[in-house]
Amino acid sequence: MSTFLLLSITGLGLGAMYFLIASGLSLIYGLMGVLNFAHGAFLTVGAYALWFTESKLGDVSLNARFLIAAIVSLAVATVFAALVELLLIRPLYGRHIEQVLVTVGLALVVTALVTAIWGNDARVVAVPTWAGNTTTIGGAHIPNDRWIEIITALVVLLGLELFLKRTRYGLIIRAGVENRAMVTALGIDVRRAFTLVFAIGGLAAGIAGVLSSVYFTTVDPQHGTALVIFAFIVVVIGGLGSLRGTAMAAVVVGLVQQYANYYASSGLGDLSVVLLLGAVLLVRPRGLSGSFA
Amino acid sequence: MRRLVVPVALFAALALVPRLAVDVPYVFQYGLNSPGTLQLLALCLVFAGLALSYDLLFGFTGLLSFGHALYFAIGVYVAAIAMTRWHWGFWESVGFTALVGLVVATVLSAVSLRVTGIAFAMVTLAFAQAGSILAFKNPYKWTGGEEGFGVDYHQLPAWTVGILNTKHLYWIALVYAALVFAIVQWAVSSSPGHLWQAIRENELRVQVLGMRPYLYKLMSCVLASFLATAGGVVYLLLLGGATTEVTTANFTLTLLLMVVIGGAGTRWGAMLGGFLYTYANQRLGDLSSSHAVESLPAVISTPLQQPLFVLGVLFILVVFFVPGGLVQLFRQRRPKTVQRLQEAVQR
Repeated sequence: MSTFLLLSITGLGLGAMYFLIASGLSLIYGLMGVLNFAHGAFLTVGAYALWFTESKLGDVSLNARFLIAAIVSLAVATVFAALVELLLIRPLYGRHIEQVLVTVGLALVVTALVTAIWGNDARVVAVPTWAGNTTTIGGAHIPNDRWIEIITALVVLLGLELFLKRTRYGLIIRAGVENRAMVTALGIDVRRAFTLVFAIGGLAAGIAGVLSSVYFTTVDPQHGTALVIFAFIVVVIGGLGSLRGTAMAAVVVGLVQQYANYYASSGLGDLSVVLLLGAVLLVRPRGLSGSFA
Repeated sequence: MRRLVVPVALFAALALVPRLAVDVPYVFQYGLNSPGTLQLLALCLVFAGLALSYDLLFGFTGLLSFGHALYFAIGVYVAAIAMTRWHWGFWESVGFTALVGLVVATVLSAVSLRVTGIAFAMVTLAFAQAGSILAFKNPYKWTGGEEGFGVDYHQLPAWTVGILNTKHLYWIALVYAALVFAIVQWAVSSSPGHLWQAIRENELRVQVLGMRPYLYKLMSCVLASFLATAGGVVYLLLLGGATTEVTTANFTLTLLLMVVIGGAGTRWGAMLGGFLYTYANQRLGDLSSSHAVESLPAVISTPLQQPLFVLGVLFILVVFFVPGGLVQLFRQRRPKTVQRLQEAVQR
């Protein structure tokens, strides 16, 4: 029982991370019709900003160092994502295939650049001691960082829902997802919403970058790309462009991966997620939520 | 007539390369007929053919697949496993590989073509990812895990083994590239080929006209995948082993880069893209360790050490400024109407 509990909570933690990456992807796809291959690059940039800031703050206490580095990391990822939209995506407005191609190129360029500057080896990230300790619940020793992941994902989900439902910009974004042409015709500059959505996606990816660095305790150039493939799967299973569908799919994928890795054999978890995707698409080609945005 | 003369002349000229004892300074490190150069050129030719097979999907049928690496990897891995793990003869292994490639391509394409657009891209990505995980997992100790494994060279034909026989491998690669070119040329000008291009332009209209796009897309997928599998076998002969690199999603992404840089939807563009990309990828590696680059300030020399950085930037520039790919630069800028009239007269 305690093993099952441990697997469930670890799976939820993993699902939380997938959600943080996938929420940005899903929003961007919903509004702009762009599948953002550079999303993994946002995550890598955030994770390296965390490691780099930490390594420059030698004589500060561990907790303060991590906190400062995390804030810097989120800022860097957000600004980077907004710049990518302004400089690379916006000039190709309305040409979806070209936009996807540019993000593919950017993903490869960022990975290559990070490898060139800091090398291929994994870098160890200093993690606050409380995150490395465990809490015992029902006989299961659960690492504390899993709780942080789950809580953060819930906060982000709630925050995004509130933002989309209660604010003026949220209204514009939701309307844009429904019918972009109509929103433009009503005299609202949708392009500003595009930049905003990219910035939000970058912020979420940055959070995922920080949390995944804590999860793995290292960062390497392939950091983002490896995670983003599963985030893609989550987005497609959840139904492209739907936030709640994404959250649901993230939980399912995280749990399936953990259970299969433990109860079947290690490595089978990744395989079963792929099979899950195939099965879902064949039964419901539009994903769990059923809307293709 | 010109359509036939130019390719035949070009491939014939390329066939003579191993007979030329010429030094081409800067372009190649060694003489033109040295094994090192021939190996590099053979690799470029394999990727020229492979890029064209991908262009059949992406450029001619309008299917954005992220799983093409899977079929190439089947060519590499199945042939290598049959020869090394099961000790089969060379031709049995090749035949078996072709069969596996065809069956897997037919089944997986039939499944993934049930969805379209981005969802199709994702399903193909997922299937390829499954293949990649299998190769990494090393089931029954067949795939050698992360490092891959070398092929048992006793099973290979003797005339393909050894450094002196590199010229034979070069000719095999050339034959592969020429065959892919000929098959794609024939396929896209056949009547299903015209339908592929119609599907690329407007799938709904094809459907309204009473055709079934699904079947034609399936044909395109199976043909392209089979050509990729054949390329995998040639690649195995060239490199003498299987590595997990060819199974990854990044491998398919580089094919996409090749096709777009060269010019999607054109035969010469895709081949040129594959050839130049592979050449640049190999040579930039040598270049980065040269004195000229090392003496540059670190801000410039550090990124240059990564060929993928240079090629990725080139790719983004092409997408922005040369939407038709490099092949567009060679085209004469004739008015469209004149061009169409001339084509009509030639027919």
